[in-house]
Amino acid sequence: MQGLSINPWRGVPQTAIAAIIVVGVAMLAPAQGYYLNILMQASTYAIAVVGLVVVLGYCGQISIAQAAFFGIGAYGVALGTVDYGMNFFVAMLIAVVFAGVCGLILGLGSLRLGGHYLAMISISFQQILTLVLTNWIPFTHGPDGVRNIPRPRFFGISLEGGNAFLALCLVVMVLVALFAWRLKATKLGRAMQAVRDNDLAAATSGIDVFGTKVIAFGISAVLGAIGGGLFAGGFGYISPDQFSFAESIVLLTMALLGGVQSPFGALIGTMLLVILPETLRFLKQVYLAVYGAAVILIMVFLADGLWGFVDERLRKRARPIAGAVPRLPLLDQTGTDSDDKILVVDKLAKHFGGLKAVDEVSLAVRRGSVHALIGPNGSGKTTFINVVTGLYVATGGTISFAGRDITKLSPHERNRGGLARTFQNIRVFRGLTVLENVMIGAERQGNDVADSPDRVLARALAALEFVDMRGDAHRMIGELSYGHQRYVEIARALAGSPDVLLLDEPAAGLNMTEKVALGELLKRLKGHGLTILIVDHDMKLVEQVADHITVLNFGKRIADGTPGMVLSHPDVIAAYLGEPRNEAA
Amino acid sequence: MTNFLQLLFNGLGIGAIYALVSLGFVLLIRAASVVNFGQGEFSMLGAYLLVIFFNIFGINYYLGMALSVVIMAGFGVIFAYTTYWPLRFRGGLPVIISTIGASIFLENMVLVLYGPSSVAIDGLFESDGFEIGGVFLATQYLAIIVIATILVVFQYLVFEKTLLGKKLQATSQDKEMASLLGIPVVFMILITFAYSSAMGGLAGMLVAPLLFVSVNMAGIIALKAFAANIIGGYGSIPGAILGGLALGVIETMGASYISVPYKDAFAFAMLLAFLMVRPQGMFGEKISEKA
Repeated sequence: MQGLSINPWRGVPQTAIAAIIVVGVAMLAPAQGYYLNILMQASTYAIAVVGLVVVLGYCGQISIAQAAFFGIGAYGVALGTVDYGMNFFVAMLIAVVFAGVCGLILGLGSLRLGGHYLAMISISFQQILTLVLTNWIPFTHGPDGVRNIPRPRFFGISLEGGNAFLALCLVVMVLVALFAWRLKATKLGRAMQAVRDNDLAAATSGIDVFGTKVIAFGISAVLGAIGGGLFAGGFGYISPDQFSFAESIVLLTMALLGGVQSPFGALIGTMLLVILPETLRFLKQVYLAVYGAAVILIMVFLADGLWGFVDERLRKRARPIAGAVPRLPLLDQTGTDSDDKILVVDKLAKHFGGLKAVDEVSLAVRRGSVHALIGPNGSGKTTFINVVTGLYVATGGTISFAGRDITKLSPHERNRGGLARTFQNIRVFRGLTVLENVMIGAERQGNDVADSPDRVLARALAALEFVDMRGDAHRMIGELSYGHQRYVEIARALAGSPDVLLLDEPAAGLNMTEKVALGELLKRLKGHGLTILIVDHDMKLVEQVADHITVLNFGKRIADGTPGMVLSHPDVIAAYLGEPRNEAA
Repeated sequence: MTNFLQLLFNGLGIGAIYALVSLGFVLLIRAASVVNFGQGEFSMLGAYLLVIFFNIFGINYYLGMALSVVIMAGFGVIFAYTTYWPLRFRGGLPVIISTIGASIFLENMVLVLYGPSSVAIDGLFESDGFEIGGVFLATQYLAIIVIATILVVFQYLVFEKTLLGKKLQATSQDKEMASLLGIPVVFMILITFAYSSAMGGLAGMLVAPLLFVSVNMAGIIALKAFAANIIGGYGSIPGAILGGLALGVIETMGASYISVPYKDAFAFAMLLAFLMVRPQGMFGEKISEKA
């Protein structure tokens, strides 16, 4: 297990070297004018662009207001130092906190909204900020902007010279890039990516989807403001038009061009788009038109940005992680069918308008048993599972889990309580590797290993070992076959050591061999006493594993009992095979 | 009271423009699930075409408008092929960004070809307007309201009473099914782009005499029209119309009674309020994803 610890210093030596290099570059740059300005602009922009990497690249939430946060940082520093005589860093801190709060509020808008709505919220915020900067003349100096913004001293070191201040900007840029890069491989970073790839699966894997989005917005806003504050110090003069909607688009394009999945991509994209127009000055007039066309071309031909190429190469070199791991705790148990009712559903109802998809269905799942829920197509089985896991709000009835009423809880709270599920149409996190997918399951809050990244890793590998997929741990999940993705989905649920596992049609879409293997897997799980509620059509599979069967038809429970009893029930036979039509003369 | 009525009239006039542009948005959302951030540039291009035909070539005003509308319809097809078609399977976000790219491209191409100075253009009628009971009714605003009404009725009739309309509706509801039923889905989407572009262009021509024609004349209108679309209910046709009118009236009143410099802020503040409190808008339905 020692061989499997995650290096806490990952990337730090490289960062130190990078920092030394950039300080050298800054000091050697010509002290005045052109190159200094270009580097200053590129480094401060890059910090803001890394913010976009977090919110858009990691979390998949569109924000077209990064220039507004950049502006908040810049104006905070400018007004704080020039008008109120504050220390540079104090003014910057206030601005960054304010921007962070604004970011969190924007993130609140993502509660019920995605995509275009979010784009619109951020655009509105951007427009309102521009109007305020332009029109609140007594406070902001209006369209004239703020002049003579001073540069600070830092613990006795003067940063008033151009080179010294550029060194500060570059060092902050390197640190921010390191932060974002490391963030990606943390629990929070994985949660963001899970939300981006599949929010429903994220929620049922214990991730607070809404909270994660809000945090991503907050981080992005803070980085935007840091970049802006340094920008104000770097140039000494700011005006509202530098922080307009158009600039937000520029920042967005930088992120997309370089590759929105990686802070390194952000740096590359920013450098290119700051330096290119300067070297292509002869194109000045059509520059922006070319730029607009480039945005379209990037979207069409470079979906993952420039860094995407590099990343793909790096990924191909990835190898499986070697080293023994402790096996799943589940495997040390033996099956005991008990009378303890762990999941009790009482008169559960779900109506869609006039349609009663689930109509007062009651059932009780005993600890250690395999309970099957069957019924013809459209009988309400999946809806039932969705209500039990919290994806739908119940119209009526109660659900109690391990003695606790969970009817009102959100999906991630139910998962954290020990309720895990898989989906009829596989829901995995396509932007992540097999291992990362399963780690998300292992690090659900409430799991025994959740607090230690090393043990999360070991648990995820153990879960993959159990479904015989460890050799594929380093691969992107999209490269696997459908059946194998199904196993990863099950491993993700198992890694979280659930008390009850809900399987929604696990055999759907599998071929015959895969179905047999799935049956064996379920029997092993049953043998170790995992409580399972399984929905399926495949009677052969159900007959093999079920201790107890509930049958639904048209949203109502029509039978409930042991397999032998239920499968010979006349109503069940009629529901599956059809009944003679009485009205036919 | 007279002042109030005057503001109401002006607000409805500008609101009708928002409604027209907003309708262009809604049609694309419904037909192709495309949120087109280049919608404003349709209006800008329409206005420039009219300037070229009328101010430069001296062609008859109404003929110039008709020609511009036809050209804009063709342009809509080109737009669809370049910004939407290659990205149609990649989800909403890439298309949003690509339409933003298109809008930057179009604005700056016009800037390169035509320069930054804004151009004045005549209105539809000789007379500026007339007064009834102390309220001055500008003919251009009247024309905008009348034309918007005609277009809305026309669109309703096409969608509800013709086979083409049924096919368009089927396409917007379920492309796969529509395709299986033999409806030429691609053609339907292209028609929608053409119509949306033509209508956006027409809105630009109608608003041109009021605003002057400039490269960025329509950006803010399009943003507000999109806001109107969300306030009314995302993807809802009656929502787009009422949202547009409401926005026009509130903004005009707000500018007059509260603050002129912050005129543009009212639309966005109203939008934010709606998004936080009632995101489905006035006519929208709550939609939840199926697991």
